[in-house]
Amino acid sequence: MSKKLETAHAGTLESSDAFVRVIPVDAKGIEIELESTVEEIYGDAIRALILETAMAMKVDGVKLIVQDKGALDYVIKARVQTAILRASSETQPNWSALS
Amino acid sequence: MKDIEKQFKVEDLTSVNAPFFRAKEKAKGEDRRAKLCESIEEAIKRSGLKDGMTISFHHAFRGGDLLINNVMNVIAKMGFKNLRLASSSLASVHDPIVEHIKNGVVTEIYTSGLRSKLGEAISKGLMEKPVQIHSHGGRVHLIQSGELKIDVAFLGVPVCDAFGNANGYSGRSKCGSLGYAMIDAQYADYVVVLTESLEEYPNVPASLHQDQVDAVVLVDEVGDPSKIGAGETRMTTNPKELLLASHTAKLIEHSGLFKEGFSIQTGTGGASLATTVFLSEKMEEKGIHASFGLGGITGTMVYMLKRGLIKTLLDVQSFDEFAAKSLGENKNHIEISANEYANPSSKGASIKQLDIVVLSALEVDLDFNVNVITGSKGFLRGASGGHSDTAAEAKLSIIVAPLTRGRLPTVTKRVNTIVTPGSTVDVVVTDQGIAVNPKNVELKARLKKAGLQIVEMQELYERAIALCGEPAEIKYTDKVVAVIRYRDGSIIDVVRQLA
Repeated sequence: MSKKLETAHAGTLESSDAFVRVIPVDAKGIEIELESTVEEIYGDAIRALILETAMAMKVDGVKLIVQDKGALDYVIKARVQTAILRASSETQPNWSALS
Repeated sequence: MKDIEKQFKVEDLTSVNAPFFRAKEKAKGEDRRAKLCESIEEAIKRSGLKDGMTISFHHAFRGGDLLINNVMNVIAKMGFKNLRLASSSLASVHDPIVEHIKNGVVTEIYTSGLRSKLGEAISKGLMEKPVQIHSHGGRVHLIQSGELKIDVAFLGVPVCDAFGNANGYSGRSKCGSLGYAMIDAQYADYVVVLTESLEEYPNVPASLHQDQVDAVVLVDEVGDPSKIGAGETRMTTNPKELLLASHTAKLIEHSGLFKEGFSIQTGTGGASLATTVFLSEKMEEKGIHASFGLGGITGTMVYMLKRGLIKTLLDVQSFDEFAAKSLGENKNHIEISANEYANPSSKGASIKQLDIVVLSALEVDLDFNVNVITGSKGFLRGASGGHSDTAAEAKLSIIVAPLTRGRLPTVTKRVNTIVTPGSTVDVVVTDQGIAVNPKNVELKARLKKAGLQIVEMQELYERAIALCGEPAEIKYTDKVVAVIRYRDGSIIDVVRQLA
């Protein structure tokens, strides 16, 4: 993903959903800030999922702030992907790469 | 022989040392209101409360209780320390106890339940001595066995007379049955009744009796009636819970126990309340009547009583205002004590006559063990209640729970804390299938034949993990923060401090 990123968000703060914000930063890499209602038992797994999802979309220089309300993995993944697509103003995503 | 004659000489009886005559020196009726205290403080002074003693409360006001916090504040202000607090249970409203623990007023707790900030603080190691968690029946057993000797009981009631005759089914803050308080009134050394209104003597029929009560205090309010039925006793509109309830009603219908004169208890929790509604329809359809409904009684059970679907309600605790009101109005709605309800060493506990019990769970594991006291993250946030009592004695114990709650799996490899052993659990109903305890071969065949979705517990577990992922192990320290006492007083599990 080569386009310049803008600030964007996806999701809600409803129970079983996640609210994801994408903020471009000057530093390299992907920074993750997670706040989860299931932090104690799924926090590490969720951080790994967010990182994996973002890396698969080849973003760089970005901060992902995720407020998780006990969402299942596929919900978190979809919210992260949508937020990144919005941040990059991508209108023709490669759907098969996102699955 | 002569000595005896001397002893009973008539003139001796008129002497000032003869108690009957001495009493007559006072004006008749002068001490008829002698039990009345001006304030909670005066009642505490009269009780002879000392540091290190055991004080008790009952939990019939549930989340609407105002009394425990009020009395504890007075006790703290008077400077007492090192007390053992033995409330039959504690609700979210009792979070202020955290401060009394920090200040050394309370140093030990016996209770059925711990929730909210109090449960969290204790899970994080607030207390030196571990909390003793007991079941409702087990509490009576601990009291009778002498382990839990109550020095002063503070029993809140909506209505009482100046001589100590109290009930819970009239007045403003109706709590209904005083089934738990009855035990404290019977066994405590000193009994204080705190009432919202004073009635003319005799306030009968009474649940707490004049010959049990030492002091009576008139207070502004003991409870918030709108919150007594709040919390776990809500009626559900959640489609998942309605699905669970319809599965459960169908299971009961085909259990082999659904026939004229059967008996039933439903616990709290949305699904188990809705089960009674679905079951009512089946009972009307087939013309079947229940002989009795037991336990915590809800408005839906009262509705069944009024429709003639249930002949008698045996009520140890009224879960909502409808039940509380009905207790005073319907002659077949009967108040029973915790000893008559569930004590394993009682001469007669009603649960021994019970056919079917519907219970909820925070967690169930592959061996059918049930946790109703700690959440998925290891915090104390529930209550033992009558769970293990009824599961052990009812002919058919049914656990009803969603497979997952949000991302938290209900079916686990091993529950965080065992409250009810799997050997006493007959069947587990989830929204994604029903698991029958392998020992119930006949029941399993019967339910399969009826077309219910019967699965193995292992399958339920795998499905839960496929959805939620394998949870990380919760980290604990070695320190024990709560001891789970089984109904016979033995230790069935412990809860450790969260790391």
